[in-house]
Amino acid sequence: MAAIEVKSVVTGSVWKIVASVGQNLAPGDEIMILESMKMEIPVIVDDGGVLKEIKVAEGVAVSEGQVLAVIEE
Amino acid sequence: MALFAKVLVANRGAVAARVLRALDSLGIPSVAAYSEADRDAPWLELAGQSVHVGGAPARESYLNQDALLAAARDTGADALHPGYGFLSENAAFATRVQEAGVTFIGPSPRWIDAMGHKTRARELAMREGLPVGRGSGVLPADRDAVLKAAADIGYPILVKPAAGGGGIGMLPARTPDELVAAVERAASMAERGFASREVYLERLVERPRHVEIQLVGDKHGHVAHVFERDCSVQRRHQKIIEEAPAPRIDRARMDALLGQVAGTLGRLGYDNLGTVEMLLAPDGEFRFLEMNTRLQVEHGVTEEVTGIDLVAAQLRSSAGLPLQEILPEAPEIRGHAVQARVYAEDPVRFLPSPGKLAEFAPPHGADVRVETGYAAGREVTPHYDPLLAKVIARGATRGEAIDRLVAALGEFRIAGLKHNIPALVRILESEEFRAGEVHTALATDVVRRAAQTV
Repeated sequence: MAAIEVKSVVTGSVWKIVASVGQNLAPGDEIMILESMKMEIPVIVDDGGVLKEIKVAEGVAVSEGQVLAVIEE
Repeated sequence: MALFAKVLVANRGAVAARVLRALDSLGIPSVAAYSEADRDAPWLELAGQSVHVGGAPARESYLNQDALLAAARDTGADALHPGYGFLSENAAFATRVQEAGVTFIGPSPRWIDAMGHKTRARELAMREGLPVGRGSGVLPADRDAVLKAAADIGYPILVKPAAGGGGIGMLPARTPDELVAAVERAASMAERGFASREVYLERLVERPRHVEIQLVGDKHGHVAHVFERDCSVQRRHQKIIEEAPAPRIDRARMDALLGQVAGTLGRLGYDNLGTVEMLLAPDGEFRFLEMNTRLQVEHGVTEEVTGIDLVAAQLRSSAGLPLQEILPEAPEIRGHAVQARVYAEDPVRFLPSPGKLAEFAPPHGADVRVETGYAAGREVTPHYDPLLAKVIARGATRGEAIDRLVAALGEFRIAGLKHNIPALVRILESEEFRAGEVHTALATDVVRRAAQTV
């Protein structure tokens, strides 16, 4: 059981959290949607797993590279 | 006597700087509205005075109607320039500005309203005999009715927000399943972006060109065109390279369309600066796309080939001057101009990249023009659009203009964040762009090709 950190690809803010903790996610599923510079950037799961933790809340600012969520494979 | 006693510029960045320069050249006193994030911004130095209108998020400042109206009142402004984006195409805001006794620099609110709603604009264009592609009205909630509308138009289809603009919330669908998902997602994006869930369908034209017509109207029933621009090079449905005139179009055919469009809008009484956007399909047919009732981001390329100051023309029109005083001589094209939009974004994936500009040194040159709202040391925040600068180059020929633009972009020094100059140069140097074989998928084609060869 490897824990994988999902990191932000941009500096911006969290617009909407779509998935919930405990949810089983398939590759390509959306965890949340970020917003930066008038653009929506979905945070997508590369490899499937169980969503263990969401480390941010809607509306908060995030920076590039910041851990947004943790997934357990 | 000056056209206005004082003009409030209700915008930021490159367009605020551009409008403030025009006001200065016409001897009109100016006041610049600014948000918390834009305190001490470089363009504020161009204004006679400046006024704080709210917090960094746009809804608290540049979209804050009450704060902007109060700023106009408190500073004694008798006109307001909305720039582009933000409230520039908001008919309710334009109405409130007019009701406060302040001139809104733009067309009358009924025109903003008529063209702001995309399906109504399409219907108007159709009624007036302009070429319009297949599409639907606003979609009903009923899923079967949506699928039927799509089947009538034929796949592939583009789902678009009816109240939208700027390429936001447009989603393609190639099958009925894709369509149902796209309609739902587009409606949600439309609600968020434009406070309206209304979406409609258009037949998706693959690899079209985007050609637009610059119009100048007065308040007395006259409209003239100032030729066309080609804005085909886009990413995410947003323009990144624009030029005037449009390459590889038969001049007589283009002139006929320019005349038809200006004649139609003149007959209808369009009363300010505006741009009719057309798609040019690979089959050679033009189709009406939409009309923008404001100054365009790419107005500079038209200015460079015609010598006309479009912002000054817009101000004169809003002050009520007749067309023969707004454009005293018949516009003519001399040479060619190409503009590149420099964005704070990753040059491969096009993701936004806010940050601090450790270095920011735009290029100089006789045939190069730079429009920007930034300077070294300034912060590029996630709150606004990622445009850092517009670089425009002029030449006697298209080839010369492209060469000068490539050279200018090469001289542009930017450090502290990611920017798209490498992508812009690749596109400008591609065989297709050099040959004038432009279309809306060219930018992604070129960038993808470059990523594969690394």
